[in-house]
Amino acid sequence: MSDHIVEIVVFSILFLLVSGMGFVAAKWRAPKDMAHLDEWGLGGRSFGGWITWFLVGGDLYTAYTFVAVPALIFGAGAAGFFAVPYTIIVYPIFFLILIRLWSVSHRHGFVTPADFVRTRFGSPTLALLVAITGIVATMPYIALQLVGIEAVLKTMGVTGDSALARHAPIIVAFAILAAYTYQSGLRAPALIAFVKDTLIYIVIIVAVLYLPYKLGGWGTIFDDASAKFAASPAPGDGITLNTNNQLQYITLALGSALALFLYPHSITGVLASKSRNVIKRNMSALPAYSFLLGLIALLGYMAISAGVKPLPGAKAGSVDSNTVVPLLFDQQFPSWFAGVAFAAIGIGALVPAAIMSIAAANLFTRNIYKEYFRRDATPAQEATVSKIASLVVKVGAVAFIIFLDPQFSIDLQLIGGIIILQTAPSVGLGLFTRWFHRGGLMAGWVAGMGLGMWMLYSIPNAATGRKHFGGSAFPLSDFGFDTPRTIYVGFIAVLVNLVVAVIATLILRALKTPDGVDGTRLDDYFADEGDPRLENARTTPDAVGSST
Amino acid sequence: MTEPRSVPRSDRSPWNWLLIIPIAVPLLTPLYNMDSPRLWGFPAFYWLQFAFILIGVTTTSIVYQMTHRRAGSPSPAASTSPSEAGDE
Repeated sequence: MSDHIVEIVVFSILFLLVSGMGFVAAKWRAPKDMAHLDEWGLGGRSFGGWITWFLVGGDLYTAYTFVAVPALIFGAGAAGFFAVPYTIIVYPIFFLILIRLWSVSHRHGFVTPADFVRTRFGSPTLALLVAITGIVATMPYIALQLVGIEAVLKTMGVTGDSALARHAPIIVAFAILAAYTYQSGLRAPALIAFVKDTLIYIVIIVAVLYLPYKLGGWGTIFDDASAKFAASPAPGDGITLNTNNQLQYITLALGSALALFLYPHSITGVLASKSRNVIKRNMSALPAYSFLLGLIALLGYMAISAGVKPLPGAKAGSVDSNTVVPLLFDQQFPSWFAGVAFAAIGIGALVPAAIMSIAAANLFTRNIYKEYFRRDATPAQEATVSKIASLVVKVGAVAFIIFLDPQFSIDLQLIGGIIILQTAPSVGLGLFTRWFHRGGLMAGWVAGMGLGMWMLYSIPNAATGRKHFGGSAFPLSDFGFDTPRTIYVGFIAVLVNLVVAVIATLILRALKTPDGVDGTRLDDYFADEGDPRLENARTTPDAVGSST
Repeated sequence: MTEPRSVPRSDRSPWNWLLIIPIAVPLLTPLYNMDSPRLWGFPAFYWLQFAFILIGVTTTSIVYQMTHRRAGSPSPAASTSPSEAGDE
């Protein structure tokens, strides 16, 4: 531990500084009345261009991304670089689709994607499915932020022997996070994101200039990686793709991009901005983070070149590849700067974890509590319930990490991306068309979810010797095709979801099954800052009608 | 913008079609899945994908400039006839 004392001191100072900011954030751009879900859960829907850039950037590019993407590149090479095309294509998709969700939410006061689905399709049940999907997909994502912090703590040697001692620093960190999120709501991560992103940019710019200089230049780094993959027995690795994993690369990039815009925490970040123009301008500015992510990914190759050996994992004989980047910093940087880098990753975990817990809490409050327990809840009561729910969500995430193998969170995160994709027809297509029958969307959701789970269950992982949930690359040969190619599970699952939704809609229409009433008008999808809001928007009658 | 609107609003614009480029190009792996030519030591696979980020920035900036509503004036997008190409 004493070898790392400087790193630990720098890390702790920065961490405490940021925690202080989290508490002060409640007074930042303070509203007259914090006891309203729009204030606590969406920062007053008032964020301009700069705040939105830091907030959404800090939200989408999480600590886990910063640790896991280079780890993937370290292990498999080019296949891990999917994160770059993924974060390129996500912004045009945001530009075209989420902008409509912002408008309709602005008009109707929606806080969650499930609020939209409820009003659009007149179906609290479909909204409940969307809300539960969102909560279940978000929980392991929050737990994974802890995995990011843990990788850093492990490298600094802050680990004990017993389970409790090993996790004590994380419990303390999350308790602080929970306290200031409870008090300041979305304002806390918005303010902290400034520090987090500034630190990350500084660390990465220094790393990509200094490390190649130390390691003999970029050409050498790529050649070292290439030599490592040539010597390894694994068939899928290399610094370029091979014929068998290209389809997986493409479908994983596209599927992940579609999943990202459906995740409740991305939607929360977008809904907090004050106008359509703020969002549209940000779609041109946010790719700066994609550039950063691409450089971070390449840290995996630098780690190969520098001869980094990952620390042992939780189980005997396994390695924790997530420690690759922290170890690289630890070995190559002076200890004070390694401390700054570790703080960047640690704080980088807090921003998304706060936003995710707020998003999950909002889903619970609006689409479960208010829908099924207290229909006449006032905005102040909603804010209170959401604050408490955010605490529960965080305790749950910590419990995940302490009581379960971290691998379980990683598996769940893999599943999370696939299950959140199953809300694409209701939330994504629902913004453009009301053609689907609510029953059809439910049928599609069930089919996509079922198929996706079965496919994931059937994928083994040769490297870790596990029989199930070994990854998201599904061999097409399992469908009877004579090919060694693989495809992203989520992609197939959402296609089946869509086909079933279409067929079921046609059948339900033919049977003249009652459909819900659409509570939105076409003009709502183009509403902008300054347009009047509809008060008491949730007036859609539950009575079924023959709308559309 | 509180008075009743005579022209129905829309976000349809032929400019939106430009956004197909940054969605499609990064997904065409045969375009960039190779080692050479290298640029500053980066294999083509990597520097080309970094270059695609610039394509994304450029196209979203162009579409934003061509379609955003200026305060006080009607939207250029709204004046586009609904029968024209849209983004649906």
